Amino acid sequence: MMRRILPRPALSAAIFLLWAALANAASPGMLLLGALLALALPFVTRPFWPDAPRLARPGTALRLAARVAVDIVVANWAVARRVAGPLARLEPAFVEVPLDLRDPFVATILASIVSLTPGTVSIDVDQERWVLSLHALDAPDPGALIREIKQRYEVPLKEIFAC
Amino acid sequence: MSIVTEFTVSALILLGAVFALLGSVGLARLPDFFTRLHGPTKATTLGVGAMVLASALYFSATQPGFSLHEITVMVFLFITAPVTAHLLAKAALHRRGAKRREELK
Repeated sequence: MMRRILPRPALSAAIFLLWAALANAASPGMLLLGALLALALPFVTRPFWPDAPRLARPGTALRLAARVAVDIVVANWAVARRVAGPLARLEPAFVEVPLDLRDPFVATILASIVSLTPGTVSIDVDQERWVLSLHALDAPDPGALIREIKQRYEVPLKEIFAC
Repeated sequence: MSIVTEFTVSALILLGAVFALLGSVGLARLPDFFTRLHGPTKATTLGVGAMVLASALYFSATQPGFSLHEITVMVFLFITAPVTAHLLAKAALHRRGAKRREELK
């Protein structure tokens, strides 16, 4: 019954919160409109959504989000210094990260995290070989970069979505 | 607005401006397309993030209630920035492959 009214409870909650933040002032009318949108949009957009795996560990997800936020700030600083310094010392490289996860949705999240943390931009997720290829601005040791990405982001992601 | 908020807002705006500038410097200085991709990704994350935070703080302090719609700017930027970077990188890789095939003919 619950599933019929709310096919995607997390999506509905996200839409409602986003609407409340956009409206900026929580008047009853705006909140009612937000609730209606939160109920209607998941139905209208249902054919477009991939079958996302279940969120098994919301706590770990929050911790990962906090870690990514910190990493963005730290890595920004590191890249800013490299950009302002002598460019000849940079060692840009294409790196291929072999993936252990086997879910297109989770792989997309991983690729987005890699792109958001400065210094690395993900280029492609090969869903046949399960390899994430990325470009690194300065990677003197590609092996260390691969290990870091796998340990910092892929391991928690696998835990969060239980895949 | 208290002096502490005023200083925090100013510091955040300056920080955002510095990182936006460094992103542009990177775009201008770096030698090839793929390294240049790294400049704009930086400006959107920390640069815009800091400015948007400053805006949220300022309007929360000067107007009644909290100002949260800035957070949505950040959310949408963080969702869309990797997509553009990904598409640009893929297009560049594709063109490079096409050029190489042309040379082999």
